[in-house]
Amino acid sequence: MEILVCVTRVPDTAENEIELNSAGNDIERDDLVYSVNEWDNYAVEEAIQIRDRVGGSVTVITVGDDESDEILRREMAMGADKGILLSDDAFEKADGQGIAAILKAAAAQGSYDLILTGAQSEGGAGEVGGMLAAMLDLPYASLVVSIEESGDNSVKVGREIEGGTIEMNEISLPCVLSIQTGINEPRYVGIRGIRKVANVDIPVQSISELGITDSDVSSSVKRLDYFVPDMGEGAEMLEGDDEEIIDKLIEMLKAKGGIK
Amino acid sequence: MKLFAYITHRDGTADDSAQELAAAAAQIAPGEAVTAIVTGSGEDLQTVCDQITSSFSEVIKVDSSELGYPNGELIRKVLTNLLPENAGILIAHNTFGMDLGPGLSIKLGSVFLADVVGIDKIDGDQLTVVRQEFGGQVSTHVQCSLAAGAVINIRPGSFAADENAEAGGSVTDRSGDTGDLTSGRKFLELVEAEVGDVDITKEDVLIAVGRGIEDEDNLEIVEELAEAMGAAVACSRPVVDAKWLEKSRQVGTSGLTVKPKVYLACGISGSFQHMGGIKGNPFVVAINKNPKAPIFQVADVGIVTDILDFLPELTEKIEEISS
Ligand SMILES: Cc1cc2nc3c(=O)[nH]c(=O)nc-3n(C[C@H](O)[C@H](O)[C@H](O)COP(=O)(O)OP(=O)(O)OC[C@H]3O[C@@H](n4cnc5c(N)ncnc54)[C@H](O)[C@@H]3O)c2cc1C
Ligand SMILES: Nc1ncnc2c1ncn2[C@@H]1O[C@H](COP(=O)(O)O)[C@@H](O)[C@H]1O
Repeated sequence: MEILVCVTRVPDTAENEIELNSAGNDIERDDLVYSVNEWDNYAVEEAIQIRDRVGGSVTVITVGDDESDEILRREMAMGADKGILLSDDAFEKADGQGIAAILKAAAAQGSYDLILTGAQSEGGAGEVGGMLAAMLDLPYASLVVSIEESGDNSVKVGREIEGGTIEMNEISLPCVLSIQTGINEPRYVGIRGIRKVANVDIPVQSISELGITDSDVSSSVKRLDYFVPDMGEGAEMLEGDDEEIIDKLIEMLKAKGGIK
Repeated sequence: MKLFAYITHRDGTADDSAQELAAAAAQIAPGEAVTAIVTGSGEDLQTVCDQITSSFSEVIKVDSSELGYPNGELIRKVLTNLLPENAGILIAHNTFGMDLGPGLSIKLGSVFLADVVGIDKIDGDQLTVVRQEFGGQVSTHVQCSLAAGAVINIRPGSFAADENAEAGGSVTDRSGDTGDLTSGRKFLELVEAEVGDVDITKEDVLIAVGRGIEDEDNLEIVEELAEAMGAAVACSRPVVDAKWLEKSRQVGTSGLTVKPKVYLACGISGSFQHMGGIKGNPFVVAINKNPKAPIFQVADVGIVTDILDFLPELTEKIEEISS
């Protein structure tokens, strides 16, 4: 099975406190720790496991800049066979539809049976996978938590819906699936693994090499600013040393029936 | 622009989001008629249509045996066939809306707005909405033109329903207009989540633990606190993804909905998918080392500290008192 996995480089929210910059038009990006989007890591692991079961290859692809090279290498250290970096100044303003259009052009240059994306990235949109599928006219399923080969030309996939219920579907290949966390346990990548792929050639493709033009790369949805909403009062913050805080908390918990 | 809302339903009851979509539509196009679209099959479908005529001035009903289960791929085809050019359509940003919305926008040639939590302003055909990024740590204003139509996914719970709405809508049957319903994706069955050893939906006091616990071995300190308090342990999704706790302990939209009296959230950031599983307005205490964690905006009481140090101290003190 030829598998393409779309991955993206994001600030790691578990490692960073995301704050506004002084101008308020962006988040403070200095000192942020970046890594591969959590959901994409599950997608790559799943692709590797499928390849190891049925053969074929795994290609990881991203629309990004020079720094995105590092996440492609990380995913290759996990076991992906190839990496492709799609990079061009013209891509900088792309919205979700723009990213999907760029990925579509790249996907069309190959011949993939399965295209995987993450369920969502740092913007929380969860849009690129479904858009890419519609652009390629391929069947799509989102929030996938299980993939099983069934027959020659289809897979059985489980989508996780509300309440943890799994919706089982039969979907014909080629198709696009967006992967939800928990589908597998992504393998650990050590320094040695990263070193092994440090010198592998990762081709970079620009807008002209993809055979598209500026007007194909949509930027109709524009982010105007970043801000921290005023949510009214918020929580009553307990302050003082640990002992004082604990005494206050225990009193509150008792009053609310929290301590039996 | 002509506005529509796609209504999801289950067992003959419209989803709560139906009225929320009507409320959001009223902010985008004040005073304009909004048409609901409901697909399905059989008697339940008519019941759902009748339920929502108070919120929508027109209800389009699409009845087909093939639409008994809302397969996102099929519904996309139906909507692409039914909607007029440059239409605006609102959909709940739940697991169904996430499946349907993005691809639908491509097929309609319109813009897509994901997970909208607020309408900021409408100026001619320029719509500005509020979204959240980075797990709710920051918000953004996002703008687009509605001229070529729009698919607008609305976060459940973000718009207050108008309980007194009297739209007095009529139901129109458009079952004949589904168009081609072949699809490469076939719905097979639903598999319910497994029931666990402890039923967290019945517990009054929950100690919920999130990714902030850092390591499986550290779960011990949470279990000890729960024991001292006579509480049960619950968790956020990453703890289940890591296989540290059973799925039956997960609180949230893709886990369980709990209704405790007291909810202690330890090392949990407060994503809407997690908070969406907490109902009944419990007393929420958030313990998190990041003072900017979104959970502090919704908790009753907050403590900025490292749970790995704090929880054992708390346990010790509670044990001391009760002995
Ligand atoms: C369709 C869909 C459905 C989902 N359903 C659910 C669901 O049902 N339930 C759910 O929970 N999530 C769900 N999620 C995931 C959700 O979006 C978040 O990713 C998740 O809730 C984050 O969990 P968390 O708060 O534990 O982790 P994080 O967001 O990583 O937060 C960890 C927090 O711990 C704090 N912390 C770290 N170390 C310490 C320490 N030592 N002491 C104190 N604090 C510390 C950090 O400051 C941070 O705020 C869903 C996502 C999708 C896309
Ligand atoms: N710049 C990008 N390059 C490659 N894939 C991307 C990019 N942005 C998003 N994706 C893919 O789309 C998924 C959903 O992201 P989003 O629609 O931004 O929430 C991600 O998990 C990736 O698989």
